[in-house]
Amino acid sequence: MDQSLINLTTIMILLPLAGSLIAGLLGSRIGRNATHWTVNILVGISFVISLYLVKVIILGDHSAIDTTLYTWATSGSIQFNVGLLIDRLSVTMASIVLFISFMVHIYTVGYMADDPGYTRFFSYVSLFTFAMLALVLANNFLVLFFGWEGVGLVSYLLIGFWFNRESANAGSLKAFIANRIGDFGFVLAIALVLMHFGTLSYQTVFTDAPQVAQQTMNLLPNSPVSVITVICILLFIGAMGKSAQVPLHIWLPESMEGPTPISALIHAATMVTAGIYMVARMSPLFEYSPLALSVVLIIGATTCLFLGLIAVFEFDIKRVIAYSTISQLGYMAVALGVSAYDAAIFHLITHAFFKALLFLAAGSVIIALHHEQDMRKMGGLATYLPVTYFTFVIGCLAISAIPPFSGFYSKDVIIEATRLSTLPGASYAYFCVMAGAFITPLYSFRALFLTFHTESRVDPKLLEHVHESRWVILIPLILLAIPSVIAGQMLIGTMLFQHPKLLGDTIFILPQHDVLAQLGNEYTGAKAMALDAGRTLPFWLALAGIFTAWVFNAGFPQWASALKRRFSLFYKIMQRKYGFDDFNRVVLVDGTLDLGHVFYDVSDVKMIDGVAVNGSAKLINKFAMLARRLQTGYLYHYALSMVIGLLVFLFWFIGGF
Amino acid sequence: MISLTEYLIVASLLFGLGVAGIILNRKNIIVILMSLELILLAVNTNFVAFSYFLHNITGQIFVFFLLTVAASEAAIGLAILVVMYRRDGSIEVEKLDTLKG
Amino acid sequence: MFLHIDFYIFAAIAILAAFKVVTTRYPVQGVLSLVVTFFAMAGIWMTLRAEFLSLILILVYVGAVMTLFLFVVMMLSVKVEARRKGFVHYLPFGILIVLLLVAMTMVAIGGGHFGLTQMPAPPDLPADYSNIAHLGEVLYTHYAYPFEIAGVLLLAAIIAAITLTHRGPRHRKVQQVNKQVAVKRADSVRLVKMPAEKKT
Repeated sequence: MDQSLINLTTIMILLPLAGSLIAGLLGSRIGRNATHWTVNILVGISFVISLYLVKVIILGDHSAIDTTLYTWATSGSIQFNVGLLIDRLSVTMASIVLFISFMVHIYTVGYMADDPGYTRFFSYVSLFTFAMLALVLANNFLVLFFGWEGVGLVSYLLIGFWFNRESANAGSLKAFIANRIGDFGFVLAIALVLMHFGTLSYQTVFTDAPQVAQQTMNLLPNSPVSVITVICILLFIGAMGKSAQVPLHIWLPESMEGPTPISALIHAATMVTAGIYMVARMSPLFEYSPLALSVVLIIGATTCLFLGLIAVFEFDIKRVIAYSTISQLGYMAVALGVSAYDAAIFHLITHAFFKALLFLAAGSVIIALHHEQDMRKMGGLATYLPVTYFTFVIGCLAISAIPPFSGFYSKDVIIEATRLSTLPGASYAYFCVMAGAFITPLYSFRALFLTFHTESRVDPKLLEHVHESRWVILIPLILLAIPSVIAGQMLIGTMLFQHPKLLGDTIFILPQHDVLAQLGNEYTGAKAMALDAGRTLPFWLALAGIFTAWVFNAGFPQWASALKRRFSLFYKIMQRKYGFDDFNRVVLVDGTLDLGHVFYDVSDVKMIDGVAVNGSAKLINKFAMLARRLQTGYLYHYALSMVIGLLVFLFWFIGGF
Repeated sequence: MISLTEYLIVASLLFGLGVAGIILNRKNIIVILMSLELILLAVNTNFVAFSYFLHNITGQIFVFFLLTVAASEAAIGLAILVVMYRRDGSIEVEKLDTLKG
Repeated sequence: MFLHIDFYIFAAIAILAAFKVVTTRYPVQGVLSLVVTFFAMAGIWMTLRAEFLSLILILVYVGAVMTLFLFVVMMLSVKVEARRKGFVHYLPFGILIVLLLVAMTMVAIGGGHFGLTQMPAPPDLPADYSNIAHLGEVLYTHYAYPFEIAGVLLLAAIIAAITLTHRGPRHRKVQQVNKQVAVKRADSVRLVKMPAEKKT
């Protein structure tokens, strides 16, 4: 049984790779139709396999399978293996990844229909699916890192998909570089793991964690730090790069240069959640370092609030949703920080559904308006794009945590868990997530109103041709809307409050940190939770947010401009996105260029070329000119020098003794 | 009796004059060749003197060979001189500066 | 007694003549002074009982080599040069160097090591002592090989002298067959196409 599961899983991972290779290498030869049918069928089969695995591992309560497929390298006593870990967490993640990926594959058939790089796109998206599956199904840090880098690479390829555009190239580079900075921390963490645990395999690392938790290392002389803390903070730096936490969030808005399907797949549902998944997977390590958990908590909370604020002032519809993604990732990080790992994964799942939905719906609008993305040129589209409008509403309700939509369950749990946590920084985080409960509906419904309601600001010529999108685009929207409605209700019980939880023993929580257990005592069921919502503050904050959005955008827009004038400084800060990009450009980019100039002009040109290379040649030249004077050509000069030499010898021998 | 020292003093004075002739000569090459002969003469005198005082005939044998060498070298030197005269028309010492650096 | 005075007279003549060789303005006078020096040194060598060598000095050295010198000097009609400018400038330095050299040498050969007590004069030789016979005995037995080589050296000198000065046939017209045979048509003949001239 185990072996067949392993084989199935291996096939599940490799089918998207095969699809990617076929689309990439043979795509132009077999034509568009053949390509998209092949790739979609392969991904569909992988999706079905993942559902089967869910049935066996989770519903059938099969024990986790930790297997090595082959040994990649050996170095001394360290073995580098390629292996799979088929357990509840990885199977859950795999099924989510494959579901969203499958939806995006179908959606792409419609969205990229008139793009010359059609087959290339399919190749990249399937390649991404393969890398992401490798990441979630890894059983050691090496394969995790391989998947990590793989998704980073494909993200770069896809953001810069329209490579003829300058902005796309810049955006893809920014994404890759910001990712790389995070990866620096990640690699250091892996090295430390190897150093202190002696192996990269999850099983051994997690088993040995309690002993290593006692060890300390000296970062600076005479200041010992717990090893686990250093490892966890470095791991989180990697997660910061991938999951766009402050200050490595800078790449996500620029990544909107890529086509909308990949914004939905990569930058909403899967790649950015890799960081969250990784921290949840490493829960046995993080639990032993309260400091690292606090760091995660505070950074997550900051990201959640401050980047959500920026979304309120953006005009590009995809950027609003991008900042929304960053903010929701902040929520997940907060959940991780308070040791509510299951809640973080729960929010990850619900967020995957409604965020992908929001992106794809936005994509449908963009396609209908012939690639117009500025909301100031939209408006009044509800009548023209009914299905899109309806699904968009569902997405907004879900993200705003209105019961009984899925977002309500996951977000509320996080807010409550933060309230109960006793970690340093928890009260700050509680404030941030509460404020986020107000900000999130504010920007979501603002986008809704500006796009679909209010008076039409669309170019009249465009308006004549606006029509609802094809069925290949609408089917994924509907298929994503359904879980956005019901997934929260269905999963909350099993995921968080049942014993054993859905994720079972893949998550490890120390008793003193277990806020979910505390919440579990108050939990009385999904329906009761929904009905009880009226008594909780976040619900009223959400309604207030929706109301505010209506007031300033649909009801009385003139008040918005008045406020803008009054609080112009605040508005300016928002517009400049807190100056992160400016700082990066001036200090890091220009600074590095200047440093390069200094090294080149001063040390390379002046010192090495001028002094060492040319200077030594000139010195030899000068000496040679001096020595040249000795060669006069006259016989008597030579004779004189001979005699003087003779004299010196004579003096030495005779006068010496 | 005349001691060895006096013979050696004579020889060394001749040697010094020969060296002076080479160094201080600005006139022509003939003087160089003649000074060379003086030097060789001084060395020969040294050999003969030592040969006498050390009861060893080998010194005189060596003088033999030295005379041979000196004669051949004078001949060749003069041949070179003649060729130089044919080329330049004069035998000034300052004309010999082709190897100037 | 006689020996002593002879030696000093000969020594004085030798040194004065050598001085004249180096300083005279007239090359012929220089050569002739050199001859006088050789004569004086021959006399000194005689006092050292090197009879054969002193006579050889006169016969071969003066007779052949100095004659050669004189021959060349006269053939080249060397001009009498005036003193050069640089000469006076370098004169003190050069004289100093030479004086230092001589002084150094004198110190080395001072009486402490080579005086009559350390190196007494050898006893007189018997009346039938033949310097030539003594030389011959040693030369043709122990030093036969260097003797032959000295001959080869002289041969080399002859060939060298002749090769240096030989100018080759200057006023002869001779056929050089190898050059005649090696001539190629391409070197000598060139075809040029020219249009025929019009008859006017």
